[in-house]
Amino acid sequence: MSESGGIEACPGEASRPTTPRPVRDGLLLGLAVGVSGLAFGAAAVGSGLNVLQTCVLSLLAYTGASQFALAGTIAAGGSLFAGSAGAILLGSRNTLYSLRLAGLLRVRGAAKLVLAQGVTDESTALALAQPDQRSARAGFQATFISLYLTWNAATLAGAIGAGSIGSPQSFGLDVIGPAAFLALIWPRLSAGRTERLVGAGGAAIAIATTPLLPPGAPIILAAAAALAGAFATGDAAS
Amino acid sequence: MSGAWIAVLVTSAGCYALKLAGLTIPERLLSNHLLRRFAELVPVALLAALVAVEAVGKGGALVFDPARLAGLAAAVVALLLRAPFLVVIIAAAGTAALLRLAGVG
Repeated sequence: MSESGGIEACPGEASRPTTPRPVRDGLLLGLAVGVSGLAFGAAAVGSGLNVLQTCVLSLLAYTGASQFALAGTIAAGGSLFAGSAGAILLGSRNTLYSLRLAGLLRVRGAAKLVLAQGVTDESTALALAQPDQRSARAGFQATFISLYLTWNAATLAGAIGAGSIGSPQSFGLDVIGPAAFLALIWPRLSAGRTERLVGAGGAAIAIATTPLLPPGAPIILAAAAALAGAFATGDAAS
Repeated sequence: MSGAWIAVLVTSAGCYALKLAGLTIPERLLSNHLLRRFAELVPVALLAALVAVEAVGKGGALVFDPARLAGLAAAVVALLLRAPFLVVIIAAAGTAALLRLAGVG
């Protein structure tokens, strides 16, 4: 690959000093969303993970919803196995994202190992919104770099902050996790009737089975609502 | 190694492998409409389930915690007003904290 990505000089438009739009948009998106790592850091420490474990999750798992899910299951007293299984199941959508992105990014070898980590809701959304392949690649990389750095710095700050203020409950830290999930699915719930029915179905399955199953298991079972929704709309050309 | 560390590392490895898999396996899998629709809907079902369980669950039992529910109601109001992510979080945590300070829940 001849170009190393990032910002390139554009000879035909030498008078234009601005950063290319996908790069600028990606950097801003990463900063804005990455700050919410504060909420994860606080929620994870509130759930009983230590600061190092919290930071390792942000560095290595690097996928917000799964990280909140693991912390939430631990906070609820669930088994660690159920917590990991639920978190990994939540991360399965990233496979679909990277399937979509494979054709756009066209990376091989070691670069693939690095860029794979950058596949998130945000980088995917920004890359797919670009008009051409080069912009998509630049936007993806900018979002990845900006979001990765901000998310991890914010996680550390949130984890240290939460550890120094005593009882998590009195500061409402136990509400951060569910409020964050709600904010994350809000745009999807607004997307259509099927999404709202699947959301309601998932919630109903989880509440109904909470007294019967070990904590964490009801979350995994809720995937049945997604399967039902997929079958129900599978024939329609939606 | 403690159980929490194993959970952290297993989760990390699993999440990374899932991202890498999509860059590696053939793209034609995506043409399966059912699979694609399922993948679109999985986050909705799982995250809604998490919201519900964390709203009314505690250690495998159903509980009624007015401060927690009021915090989530504040989040809904903030979302309806199209508030940014952090404002939603602060509204939720702040409402629960203030109510508990006032002796509710």
